[in-house]
Formats: sequence, structure tokens, C-alpha cells
Amino acid sequence: MSKYLVDKFLFTVDRDPELVERYREDPAGTVAWWEAERANRLLGCHTGESSTWQAFEPGEREALATHDYPALFGLGAHPFLTLTLFIAMFERDYDEPLGFQQEYARRLSHHSLPYPDIAT
Amino acid sequence: MAELAAVIASTHHPFFYRASTSTGRDRPPFADEWVRKVEAFRETLTRARPDVLVMVGSDHFHQLWLDNMPQFLVGKAPYYDANFYNEQREFGLPRMLLHGHEDLSAYLLREGMDAGFDLAMSNELRVDHSITCPIITLRPGNDLPIVPVYTNIFAPPLPQPKRFVQLGRTLRELVESWPGNQRVAVIGTGHLSLELGGPRQFGPHGPDPEFDARAVEWIASGDIDGCLSEVTLDSLHAPGNATHGFMDFMLMMGVAGAGAKADYVDTLDLFHTMEAYFTWYPNGAAGP
Repeated sequence: MSKYLVDKFLFTVDRDPELVERYREDPAGTVAWWEAERANRLLGCHTGESSTWQAFEPGEREALATHDYPALFGLGAHPFLTLTLFIAMFERDYDEPLGFQQEYARRLSHHSLPYPDIAT
Repeated sequence: MAELAAVIASTHHPFFYRASTSTGRDRPPFADEWVRKVEAFRETLTRARPDVLVMVGSDHFHQLWLDNMPQFLVGKAPYYDANFYNEQREFGLPRMLLHGHEDLSAYLLREGMDAGFDLAMSNELRVDHSITCPIITLRPGNDLPIVPVYTNIFAPPLPQPKRFVQLGRTLRELVESWPGNQRVAVIGTGHLSLELGGPRQFGPHGPDPEFDARAVEWIASGDIDGCLSEVTLDSLHAPGNATHGFMDFMLMMGVAGAGAKADYVDTLDLFHTMEAYFTWYPNGAAGP
């Protein structure tokens, strides 16, 4: 389980306008690049220090690489991070206000309480 | 000693700024009523004539991250830049700059630790919409220095609800023992029932109107014991997956005090969530 790393991907992509567009256009390529180049970067270290052990599980990599936000919900990715990033990428494709957000809810409607654990 | 001039608890709805400033066809039908309610709520702070604001909120994974996550944090800086790129992108919130009150920050940190809260500290904190929304609604002139207090309602493991109440009580004791004669308002924002990124999000009302009604009653009547007897970290999942933000309201109940009836209560049922506004005047209402 590397829920933390999935959250780290969502967090770091969401805060970077260029990465938001790159992930929208090329999800598989962006996930592969990010896992190779960014996954281990320690965000709070000014010297560019890195960890040595971060890696996605296969199901996590697949869910991110296919924009599969229902799968991310099922894996326990933090729902606020997933929602925020996916609104940034896909709200623009819907004509009605909140159209994407309501489809998002519908695609998760098979879930009932308790939801997947988001603790990292 | 300083005077606790007002205690204010509010929801923080990031869409208010856009709704209230939009015009013509872009203006949602509920905007006028929402603005009227916010302006009436604003008057409750204005009447208290505060000199400084202690602002309780929660970072939404903006500056604070899972590699180093504080449970309770007090900012100590002369300035706080505010709002982030993704809040500008999603909510249209403007970039802002708030003044800090470093003396009160230092006092809350030192005395808070000595009172049993090992508070984290930040000398360079960019605050997000949990703090800028109440500035926009309650003090749009942004003319007062603040002390930001952040709580973790977002990244498990979270502190227990009773800890939020206890921190609220402690904040009140500290404000009222702060040397000097400044008038301090404590303003905290959170949520009633709320779902984000889950199947119950963005419905016609909040995800759990029954919870919202009980919550408003707990807050308005100062029923801390009743609230603590029903609210647990587990129970807060039921009204909506982001409802742990209600614990910031519980913190504000701690500031207001057990049994303290709110002097001002208002709500507004919106799509997606219920807005709720409360004001207490611990020493009686200020004159007009």
C-alpha cells in the first residue's frame, strides 16, 4: 500500500498549473515520469534531498494512469485531493455548472458507509 | 487585561466571493439573500469594535503536508500572504495579504504550551480560504492584525473532539489573561455536514440536514456536553466524509463556554452545504 504516494502525486500535480495540463493530456506518460523523477523528492528539504524507496502499487499506478477517480476513491486516496485536481482537469468539459461534480458523485454511488479508509 | 470582545463561529464557503461579486446572468439566484445574511452577520463583528483577530481555521493541503503534519499550529509572523493558486483557479479567490500580530502570537504559543498544548509554530505561513473567507465576509477591509490558529481536521489521525473543545477553552483563558487593554475577537470557521469527493457531494442540500439541525442547536445553546456525547471521530463520517471540519465549531463552543447561548444565530440552506453563523458577546454586546 502506498496511499501516501498516491496522495503525494495528486498534491504535487494539483499545485502546478503546467503539470495539471500535462496530466490531463498524457496521464500514463505523466505518471511514469513523475514516479521516476519526482516520487522520491522530499518536499520540505531545500537541498533537494530525496528518499530512496517510494513506488506505486500496480493498482495505484493503473488508476492514476487512466484517470480512474472511482478507483482512486476505492483505494483510499484522499478524496479532497482527487476532487480538486479532477475538477481542474475536467470541469471545463461540461456545459452545466457542477455538471462534472455531479457526474463524479454518480460514478461513486455504489459506495456506502464506511467509505475506504484514507489514513496514511 | 485584554477583553474578549466577540466570539464568532461560521462556515467558510469558498464560493461566496464569486457569488457575491458576480453580476447579470452569472449571478446565482441565491446570491442576494446570501449577501444580505452575510452583511447582517458582519455587523455583529463591527459592533464589537475589535483591535485584533484570532482566526481559527484549517489548511486544506496547501502549505501543510503529510510529511510533517501538525495537529494544532499557531502562526507567528508580521504578515500572512493568503490564498493559493488552486483556490484562485477553482473559486476565483483573490490573492491577499494579512497583517500579523506577533506579540499575541508569541503569548499564545508560550502560554499555550505551558497550559498543556504542544503547539506547532510557523514563521512563514500562507493562509488559505478557511481564514480568508471570514475576512471577506466579516471584515472585507482587512484592516486588523490577526493570529492564525490551524487545526488538523483533514489528515488522519486527528485529535479527538474533546481536544478541540479544550483548546477553545484554553484560547479564551489566554486571550483574557493577555496583558494590555486590546479588544480581541476570536473567529473560527468549519463545516456542518459536508461531503467532498464522495457519492453524496454537491446535492441540493447538505448531505445530512438532520445532523445540521442538531449541530446548530448544540452551538446556539452552548450544549458542549450534548455535543461531545454524540460526536466522535467515527461518528463524523456518517453525516459526510468532510464533516470532521465540524470540530472547528466545537473548538469555538469551547471559546464561548459551556451553556453560553449565542447572541446571534443565522443559517442559510444552500446546495451542497448549509451555511451557519453564530456570534457571542462574552461581556455583553457593544453599544451601537
